[in-house]
Amino acid sequence: MAINEQAILNSELRWAAVVGGIIAVIVSAVLYAAIAMHVNPPSNREYVDPKTLHLSAEFTEANLGTRIDPDGRVVARLIATQFEFVPNCIVLPTNREVTLRFATPDVIHGILVTGTNVNTMVVPGYVAQVHTQFTKTGDLLMPCHEYCGLGHTQMIATVKVVPPEQFRPDAEGRAACGDAR
Amino acid sequence: MATLAETIPVPRSEPAISAGKLQVRRLVVAHVWVAIAAFAVACLLGVWQMWARSPLEAPAHTAANYFRSVTMHGVSMAYVLTTFFIMGFGYFTAETALKRPVPGLWLAWGAFWLGIAGVLMAALAIISGNASVLFTFYPPLTATVWFYVGLVLVVVASWVWCLIMIFAMQAWKSANPGQAVPLVMFATVANAVMWLWTTVGVATELLFQVIPAALGLNGMVDVGLSRTLFSWTLHAIVYFWLFPSYIAFYTMFPRAAGGRLYSDTMGRLAFILFIIYSLPVGLHHLLMDPEHSNGFKYLQTFLTALVSVPTLLTIFTITASAEVAGRMRGGTGTFGWIKTLPWGRPMVLATGLAFLMLFWGGGGGLINMSYGMNAMVHNTSWVTAHFHLIFGGTVVIMYFAIAYVMWPTLTGRSFPSMRPLNVQLWLWFIGMMVMTLPWHWTGLQGQWRRIAAFDYSNPLIASWGPWVIVSLIGGIILAVSALLFVWNLVTLHRSSSPRFAVVEVPYAEAVHPPGRLPASLNGFGLWNVIVAVLMLLAYGYPIAQFFIDPPPQAVVHRLH
Repeated sequence: MAINEQAILNSELRWAAVVGGIIAVIVSAVLYAAIAMHVNPPSNREYVDPKTLHLSAEFTEANLGTRIDPDGRVVARLIATQFEFVPNCIVLPTNREVTLRFATPDVIHGILVTGTNVNTMVVPGYVAQVHTQFTKTGDLLMPCHEYCGLGHTQMIATVKVVPPEQFRPDAEGRAACGDAR
Repeated sequence: MATLAETIPVPRSEPAISAGKLQVRRLVVAHVWVAIAAFAVACLLGVWQMWARSPLEAPAHTAANYFRSVTMHGVSMAYVLTTFFIMGFGYFTAETALKRPVPGLWLAWGAFWLGIAGVLMAALAIISGNASVLFTFYPPLTATVWFYVGLVLVVVASWVWCLIMIFAMQAWKSANPGQAVPLVMFATVANAVMWLWTTVGVATELLFQVIPAALGLNGMVDVGLSRTLFSWTLHAIVYFWLFPSYIAFYTMFPRAAGGRLYSDTMGRLAFILFIIYSLPVGLHHLLMDPEHSNGFKYLQTFLTALVSVPTLLTIFTITASAEVAGRMRGGTGTFGWIKTLPWGRPMVLATGLAFLMLFWGGGGGLINMSYGMNAMVHNTSWVTAHFHLIFGGTVVIMYFAIAYVMWPTLTGRSFPSMRPLNVQLWLWFIGMMVMTLPWHWTGLQGQWRRIAAFDYSNPLIASWGPWVIVSLIGGIILAVSALLFVWNLVTLHRSSSPRFAVVEVPYAEAVHPPGRLPASLNGFGLWNVIVAVLMLLAYGYPIAQFFIDPPPQAVVHRLH
């Protein structure tokens, strides 16, 4: 076994090259996914004042839930508050670009939708926004995943994903969970 | 082989410091027992928490009790066990490696009692139920001010320790001009330097945002800013906890294995890289947050990838050191040297098991930090599995091994048998794997974190039930291991065997011991400048944005 100082250095340099290769592969894969496949985190520096959420144009009670916006986008708006989501069930179609928008009047919450990559923190002061496309139908769980107080455990909503033909918005473009049944 | 033939097997028996003469003995024992007490309590609470989340009926199971317990578990493990163990280990290495008295011992005792006062304050606040904000205490949820003041006192105590470590090294350098600081002390001071940088974030958050809110001085708080400041601390703190493990890998394991450290320079380089890259990476904890742009999230993802470099270098150097030892002990062939390693020695066994768990924990970490991919696992049990593997599997298992190295020196008695020590380490490994592998699996299916109970009447959640019970069994094995650890140390205190003159602590020598080193590998001046530049680059704008264009603030929500 060669053990002189130069041999040790050479072995370390070879390993350093391997390490450099591993890092390069990881960083390039992340960059490729971001640029070519649009896999990015849900960054959204869009302010909304928690104190006046109920007076804001967008997050008043009548605007909550799923609707087709004037530009044709399917958007679901929810308020995350201690300790529930309003509304606590939303309906969305498969195979269509949908946008989820969340705001909170109180503390930090977070959401994920089971079996999907839908995931964001809901931070007071900001509108949290996720773009996605659901591929499977069914009732998915959407729990609050950040501790928000002693009632945190109860904070859970349902995302009802239906085939496009069962997604029937009304004349104003709204769709609610009851309508899909 | 010529160089290696001179290597003397452990333990070397020249009594450099005789029993009772170790001046920091009482200081170290006090620190480490506080750490172990917090650890034992936290382990038992952890078992109850898993029981509460399982389909089985757990006693005293209410949401209030659950979150009180989780807060106590997190604070005890993350702040008390680690800080007190690291301080105690630092005093130990300073005296045994530099072979001179630790300066300012009275100050060290002052810091110890300050830390104890802080721990009691925080613990009573948690028990009272007025501080169930978990160990991450994200505003605007606000606990009683005693909780935060308690944590601040623990941090201040650790700052005193940092200054003593830095001063001890400087004093040694003045007395030994031109000589290389022993690697174990170089690494200890590297941790102190890194920790001073690390705590700036959380200290700023506590002093300027959280404590004023808890005192009722301000009713609103900028939550994005507080999360950003906390993220400054949140990654590097893990390396603060990990440093003793890496110190043991480099300066204790090679000698325990019967060989030498493959490269002293690589050790220094790894510790320096930890200082540089563990700080400007905290935004990867906020990848799913709205308040930061994708550009800075990607920059910090890139820097996070670089923080895997020192770990990958360490795996190579320590594996090479193990191979040197294995071949010196007669091992041949490509893998034959693994069999000839002395696995019956706790330090060797713990290092082997730590590497196995680091493989899983580190691999999971690479997925977590991967920018967009984080959405798959953020705030699921996957993450819980990841950090329990890193914390329990790499940090704590090496704390066990270090305690087993320190205790004969501290008590003047040797372990009559290594068997209970090794059984304890194996139980810890088995328990950790049984607990965390199911968490990875359920996390991928969307099982979310920080829940007091699961509604098993839901079919998806019901399908997780058996896995939750398996992980509970893993937790019970871990608790048994923790209690056996306490027992192993207690028996050495109580043993009636005569005290012997304490042998020198068997720190490993390098295959080629360092001669004169460049100042950059023997001190931290240059690296502090580089950290400052990187932090300005990575955190300058992400923090400044909250002042340039202030977002709406959140209303403070008191828990009590």
